[in-house]
Amino acid sequence: MNAISVRNLSKTFGKKQALENISLDIAKGEMVALIGASGSGKSTLMRHICGLEIAQTELGRIDILGQPIQSGGRLARDARGLRRNIGVVFQQFNLVTRLSALSNVLLGNLGRIPTWRGTLGLFNAEEKRLAREALARVGIPEVVWQRASTLSGGQQQRAAIARTLVQRSEILLADEPIASLDPLSARRVMEVLASVNRDGITCVVSLHQVEYARRYCPRTIALRDGRIVFDGPSVELTNNMLVELYGANSEELILPDAPTQPARPNRAATPRLSPAFV
Amino acid sequence: MTGVVQFSSASQARPEVERDRTRSFWTSVTWIGLAVLLAWSWSPAEMYRWPQLFSDAGNMATYAAGFLKPDFKEWHYYLQEMATTIQIALWGTFLAAVLAVPFGILSARNVAPWYVVQPVRRLMDACRSIHELVFAVLFVVAVGLGPFAGAMALFVHTTGILAKLFSEAVEATDFRPVEAIRATGASRVQEVVFGIVPQVMPLWMSYALYRFESNVRAATVLGVIGAGGIGQVLFEAIRGFYYPQASAMLIIMLVTVSLLDLLSQQVRKLFL
Repeated sequence: MNAISVRNLSKTFGKKQALENISLDIAKGEMVALIGASGSGKSTLMRHICGLEIAQTELGRIDILGQPIQSGGRLARDARGLRRNIGVVFQQFNLVTRLSALSNVLLGNLGRIPTWRGTLGLFNAEEKRLAREALARVGIPEVVWQRASTLSGGQQQRAAIARTLVQRSEILLADEPIASLDPLSARRVMEVLASVNRDGITCVVSLHQVEYARRYCPRTIALRDGRIVFDGPSVELTNNMLVELYGANSEELILPDAPTQPARPNRAATPRLSPAFV
Repeated sequence: MTGVVQFSSASQARPEVERDRTRSFWTSVTWIGLAVLLAWSWSPAEMYRWPQLFSDAGNMATYAAGFLKPDFKEWHYYLQEMATTIQIALWGTFLAAVLAVPFGILSARNVAPWYVVQPVRRLMDACRSIHELVFAVLFVVAVGLGPFAGAMALFVHTTGILAKLFSEAVEATDFRPVEAIRATGASRVQEVVFGIVPQVMPLWMSYALYRFESNVRAATVLGVIGAGGIGQVLFEAIRGFYYPQASAMLIIMLVTVSLLDLLSQQVRKLFL
């Protein structure tokens, strides 16, 4: 059973074709990078997978852990239950800025606890302890009581990851998690994602720069103009191939000081080889 | 499995997406519409009489002279009536603010579906477009003369106003935290409680406090039709040509409203 299975997914916004007949499978426990230039459809694909966006075509279908979350242009009836299994991390962190870091992390419980308790915000001691642990796990135990608006970008993103840990989701979708961060924070966030993946959580990370894909993700899926143009081991995605795939746009995907040939992926960070490798 | 390159061409000519002209067209229509409405209203509103503001300034000066020597002999009584007016405004605004929360959320287009938004909005329009005075007359008939009728009148009218302001605040919220909360598997109500309410709370507080200040002024006017408070005393004084006493009451009202303004600013700071 695949963690994520997408079939014949298409989407247009107005006249623009955002996604065109996308099909892909991601196995449980994989760590996959989704790369592509701005506007190539990475975010749109992510938003479809977690059921925030609905495809139009009759054929389009997305299954999460073997159950459809949307098919034939309609959201599944129990989409809410499935969303619980998908943690989502956004580029702009999407924390509730006026609430404390702890409260934000606690919101990860909403899909798991009784509705009345969640709505009144009555989280119990155990849930609060787990939320604190999650903040410690992502390396920011000191910000528990700080308002989310006062956290740095890297801290906000790690708090957002802590929220998905509390959610205990089996899949983690990270939509450009490091695009708004400085290099050091970006590395920290990627390390946290890799360690979450080591615990068996399937991770899909959309990235703007291919260096991070090579370093942290064994498998890369590359999009251009809403189509998959590459799906395979990240090590095969050389700079030359990127130039071939994206032409002039490849500049924004490659860091200027990056080596022309990719380093071998960091094995310590990615012990689980994806089925794509085997 | 190895990487498969499906596209090799590096050249890609992208077609330019056409500009949406309907938007700029409707913007111009709106401005022209405003100009037409203003022209249409000029004569009916007797705006052509504006020179009289200057030619008849003497009349106003004579009238104002009566107010120059305020008489504070009965200040204790005035303060007591002022307090009643504030108490009327306080309850009217509080009840309105409480009711405006559900009504405001239900009339926000980004939260509720149109078949809820439209009826709720029309109901709120009705509350808002009918003046407090009209409601006060209705309530005086229903519950008799006195402050309670005034408080109820303010309550109904203010609910209409606050619901509209609250819903506009909701419509201007950042939708991204709401999506993040939806992605955790939360319910619709929970999305609103944790995604939207924390964002709009300071604005809602600020609107409610501002309406409280306005309602203190409105409550004085309600005194005219017998809804109690300092307004009733003030209008009796003016009708009886007791200008020094009326002047004293006006000064008390002015000072009170300014003090309330300072106070509500401090309260607002607490919530921001």
